[in-house]
Amino acid sequence: MATADEIRELMRTEGAAIAENTQGFNTGRYDSVGDLEDYEDLKRAARGIKEDAIEELPELLDQLTETVEANGGTVYIADDAADANEYIRDVAHERAADRVVKSKSMTSEEIEVNEALEADGVDVVETDLGEWVLQIADEAPSHIVAPAIHKSRESIAELFNEQFDPDEPLETAAELTHFAREKLGEQIIDAEVGITGANFIAADTGTMALVTSEGNARKTVAATDTHVAVAGVEKVIPTVADLHPFIELIGRSGTGQDITSYVSLLTPPVDTPVVDFTDNETPLSEFDSDRDFHLVLIDNGRLEMRDDEQLRETLYCIRCSACSNSCANFQSVGGHAFGGETYSGGIATGWEAGIEGLDVAEEFNDLCTGCTRCVNACPVGIDIPWINTVVRDRINRDKEAPGEWLVDGLTPDEEDDGAPLQKRFFGNFETVAKLGSATAPVSNWLADTTLARQTMSRVLGIDPRRDLPAFERETLVDWAGDRDSQVTNPERRAVLYPDLYTNHVQVERGKAAVRVLESLGVDVVVPPAPSSGRAPLSQGMVATATDHAERVTEALEPHIADGRDVVVIEPSDHAMFTREYERLLDESSFTDIAANSYEVFEYVFGLLDNGASVDSLSTVTGAEIAYHSHCQQRTLGLEAHTVAVLEECGYDVVTSDVECCGMAGSFGYKSDYYELSMDVGDRLRTQLEDDGVQDRPVVASGTSCLEQIDALLERQPRHPIELLAT
Amino acid sequence: MESKRASFEGALEALGVTVSSTSESELEAAVTEAVTEPAVGVALDETVGDGTFSLVETPITVDPTPAALREATTGVTGAELGVGDYGSLVLSMTEQASELVSLFVERHVAILYEEDIQPDMDAAVAELDERFTETNGSAIIATGPSATADMGALVKGAHGPKEVHVIVVEGED
Repeated sequence: MATADEIRELMRTEGAAIAENTQGFNTGRYDSVGDLEDYEDLKRAARGIKEDAIEELPELLDQLTETVEANGGTVYIADDAADANEYIRDVAHERAADRVVKSKSMTSEEIEVNEALEADGVDVVETDLGEWVLQIADEAPSHIVAPAIHKSRESIAELFNEQFDPDEPLETAAELTHFAREKLGEQIIDAEVGITGANFIAADTGTMALVTSEGNARKTVAATDTHVAVAGVEKVIPTVADLHPFIELIGRSGTGQDITSYVSLLTPPVDTPVVDFTDNETPLSEFDSDRDFHLVLIDNGRLEMRDDEQLRETLYCIRCSACSNSCANFQSVGGHAFGGETYSGGIATGWEAGIEGLDVAEEFNDLCTGCTRCVNACPVGIDIPWINTVVRDRINRDKEAPGEWLVDGLTPDEEDDGAPLQKRFFGNFETVAKLGSATAPVSNWLADTTLARQTMSRVLGIDPRRDLPAFERETLVDWAGDRDSQVTNPERRAVLYPDLYTNHVQVERGKAAVRVLESLGVDVVVPPAPSSGRAPLSQGMVATATDHAERVTEALEPHIADGRDVVVIEPSDHAMFTREYERLLDESSFTDIAANSYEVFEYVFGLLDNGASVDSLSTVTGAEIAYHSHCQQRTLGLEAHTVAVLEECGYDVVTSDVECCGMAGSFGYKSDYYELSMDVGDRLRTQLEDDGVQDRPVVASGTSCLEQIDALLERQPRHPIELLAT
Repeated sequence: MESKRASFEGALEALGVTVSSTSESELEAAVTEAVTEPAVGVALDETVGDGTFSLVETPITVDPTPAALREATTGVTGAELGVGDYGSLVLSMTEQASELVSLFVERHVAILYEEDIQPDMDAAVAELDERFTETNGSAIIATGPSATADMGALVKGAHGPKEVHVIVVEGED
């Protein structure tokens, strides 16, 4: 796991370049997919093709092998990296190759074929300009598509000038590119073997698709007489026609280009003549096109992932990098922290757990906060946060039991042992909150003492720079229990879910929600209910989260059966009910709660839309406000409802568009991640302190977001429901 | 037909790809105007038209030697298809070395028959699916010049051409 020191150092040295590039890609993605009328249809089609292909993988591999061999090529299915490398070394040896040129391929990095060939004395040259920079600098990729994004133009110029000592020092991007093109151009035409990856391979014709922009993959194939394509077994799809959605989605989802410059559709061996580039007598067409083609398909753990119900979805990944670019933490640290041996970003947890093992996934898995911003960005709809949760759960269970002396009583959870102390503390925050309220305000005074903070820091890794939540003595449930409904002939009846924070900490927003709903003619009850399980789920404590889910549905089910709608203030809990519970509950229990739950502003929007009068609420005339929605709320498409209601109440609303506030539940409290959390938060702070925004009161939907904004700004933020209460 | 072509040309413009149009009978002049010398090309009778057209009367060296290819600034080839909404060209890979001529040059001039413009990527891929199933063929979907952002800013002209020009050959009607 990256330590606070390592993360700080990475943010200092690479953070600026990573942030600029990933945010550029991410903005480009929004723009580019926004131009696609049938974006969601294409994603569904892509997902369907991948699901079917992985289901039928053994048959497709047989078909592909047959087709490629009929075309005149060779297929080798390698069990693991060593097996693949041995085969490729044999190919190079038989060709008596002095030089192998490569186009960019993550799978070839996974097996470390360069090192294997170099050990035989073969000169291996990366021809993708980014990969070439890293080869010269002897550094690892920081991004799966744009491997050198952590390097600035200045640092590349310095590297080239030092390494090659050109007549005129290189400076601009154009000069650096031209220099690299010339240098590599000579090496490509002089090479015997070309190694490429393959983004997709169609089993029906043996056609492979290579998605590139520089033209180096084309040259790597065209200028050599021996082509080795290295790809994971999961890259096979049934037909050439199936390429269509991927061609439209891959560039847009990744770097935000509608399409990359070149999509090579190769049915090797290709017909392009193999020429001697020094020949000045023979016309091109008189050279023959004798080419050897070797397709090396790599298992290396993938077939086991296919049999693993939870990791299987990872195999749908098309390596587009959307989950990296849309990730707030990745935007700050890049793949050197948020990555394993080969892969980086959210989906890397699945790849590294399946290929390398849990120990490698553990090194970076905690950097996924479960914010879900990657979920809608993923062109094949992989539930990347869920994969991270499952892997975290497995890592927890792999561990020795922590010191029970402290967690006794604080960890009434369903975990067998493994989850580390810090995770169990945050995962069982409900117990802390209940104790906190019961003993407030004494609990708040005690928690704030230096000794208590030192102990929390040392034992639980809670950063002393964070303010702790202050518990209210009277919970929302207590308050509501002591008062009568204010509505006589209700339009609708609702149960307001008393989420942990609203019930114990931000009780005022709960009261405001009750008043707003009553003003709109809704009869509201606030019964005691267990916490949603969001906290344990974030810590990878799936069994405990499942227990919460079951108890929550048990508590709410009678109210739902009684015709009440479930209204939820905290977006992360609403997301539990409508998204995550699908993984934790049986289908009918899930459908029951998901179909009847509404985020509070979604509900108010619906009431107003169905005839309730906005005049019963507190309205203004053009008052300016800044609104920060919640990451999971945005993934569910529920940001617009809050904005619409605020506007209907007369507010002039500007919204932030950062992917996440950086707090993400307990993440920002942890000492290891405090500075990263604040770095992510700084992007939100910048937006909220922008011209025209800096004087606006701030409202935010999420508890974590409110705490983070409170730490970031002088202005104290509120939940928007508090604006509406009369 | 007009709308496919209009969307194709609009997309090309957005990519920084220049376009000219010509009738089949004026093609030689159009090609001559589009190239920057020294220029090389593939024997176009294979990829365009019915053999009535050749590059013999142009400044283009047809079927050059590898050394001449490396000296050339411009490479002239045909394009099998155009893709309306993307401004993409589908380039074939023939024994005439079309791949080398379109790739190892700074300026690629592609000759495309108007009737070969497909409305969208779906149609283009469906067409390729059919052709590949019959012929085991290969092709490049090329969209704009080669490019890279790996050196700290977007640069056109990475390993492949820096400039692309499309000559649309209009049908006789």
